[in-house]
Amino acid sequence: MCPKPKRKYTTVSIPRTLFTKIKARIEDTGFSSVSDYVTYVLREIFAEEVQQSTEKAFSSEDEKRVKERLRALGYLD
Amino acid sequence: MKVNQAHGGGLVSRILSEKASNKLKEQVSEFQDIAISSSMADIVQNVGHGVLSPLIGFMTKEEVDNVLDDMRLLSDTPWTIPILLDVDQTSGISIGDEVVLSLDGIPAATLSIEDIFTLNRRKFSQQVFGTQDSEHPGVARVHTMGKTLLGGKLSVISSPPTNFAEVTLYPLDTRILFKTKGWQTIVAFQTRNPPHLGHEYVEKTALTFVDGIFINPLIGPKKPGDFRDEVILDAYRALMKTYFLRENSVLSILRSPMYYAGPREAIHHAIMRKNFGCTHFIVGRDHAGVGIFYHPFAAQEIFSQFPDIGITSLPFKSFFYCTKCRSIANDKTCPHPTSDHVNFSGTEIRRHFKEGRIPPESLMRREVAEVIASHPEPFVK
Repeated sequence: MCPKPKRKYTTVSIPRTLFTKIKARIEDTGFSSVSDYVTYVLREIFAEEVQQSTEKAFSSEDEKRVKERLRALGYLD
Repeated sequence: MKVNQAHGGGLVSRILSEKASNKLKEQVSEFQDIAISSSMADIVQNVGHGVLSPLIGFMTKEEVDNVLDDMRLLSDTPWTIPILLDVDQTSGISIGDEVVLSLDGIPAATLSIEDIFTLNRRKFSQQVFGTQDSEHPGVARVHTMGKTLLGGKLSVISSPPTNFAEVTLYPLDTRILFKTKGWQTIVAFQTRNPPHLGHEYVEKTALTFVDGIFINPLIGPKKPGDFRDEVILDAYRALMKTYFLRENSVLSILRSPMYYAGPREAIHHAIMRKNFGCTHFIVGRDHAGVGIFYHPFAAQEIFSQFPDIGITSLPFKSFFYCTKCRSIANDKTCPHPTSDHVNFSGTEIRRHFKEGRIPPESLMRREVAEVIASHPEPFVK
């Protein structure tokens, strides 16, 4: 038996009035559907949040070792 | 002080510690060995050093299909070019095995095999290159690939000896370099040619708005007639020595194949530079294009599909030298007719050198041209 393929999309509910506003807004834009638009906006918001979070910095050992190499190569004085 | 986040959230490192690497080298005869090309070894190193973060190995079929269909990884992270390991035969290899990938008999990495599958060449070509025309060099290369693909996680054992080691930096290096220099906004410039005045103008225009510029020539297999890698590097060294400030410019190479995938490759190039810590990426006319396969500005327009790519594209129009303005301009800034314009044509510049002449200073800095001319054979044969 073949495994059931995973569904790529799922459904979320938004107020019908908002749906109507979005539908009107995306007319003559590159967005082909309300779903496309909502996906785009949500990805944008998520990306902003990720950018604002702090990535784990490199260790001080890494930094020391890399700086020595960068000096040897002439990238740092 | 903070530079841009790595793509997908964190910088990947798949480089084994010296201890683990030495231990593995002792056991290497116990693993099945797969020979890889130097170009594939470059990809292995790029995964190992996080150039391709968040990838930790070669893609599985499910990941490849997602990238082909949606231009995203299964995690929804933007990604446009499948990263594949193709092999000619897989006898004795099964899912769950660990194999060694070797370059010229020297173990480069281990691969924990998670998937063995067949490449759909037609689908790959159509989705990545937008064509199945075998005149397209990317499509032609797809047809020479091994029929089977192996997906799985990589652990890098060793880095092969390399030329240009003095200008080889990986993302951890550049991130520490940028931090030490105090740069927060960094623009990356991708190139595969020696710099003419148009390139310099684009680079300096972009640099005006950021803390530093990362000039990052792509080194790798080239077509006959292209400038050789050492010529490109020497030309950039000559330019930067006299015409750039050391405190806000960095030159380093990137070993990566050219796919000639136009818009999809522009996204790929931007993602790699994001992993180096860059915040901005210059996209010129027909970026990563070839022939007439792509609309000249398709590579700029595709960025609007990725609100979450995490690096800002800087789309540039074509520049030219205007003999009336007596400066570099574009059609937004110059009121004079095209008869007054001298285009920065790569073909024209190559023709000058092939005929033993130095291009005029309206096209290329004298210092740059002289360095190129000093090479006995500046072109790939």
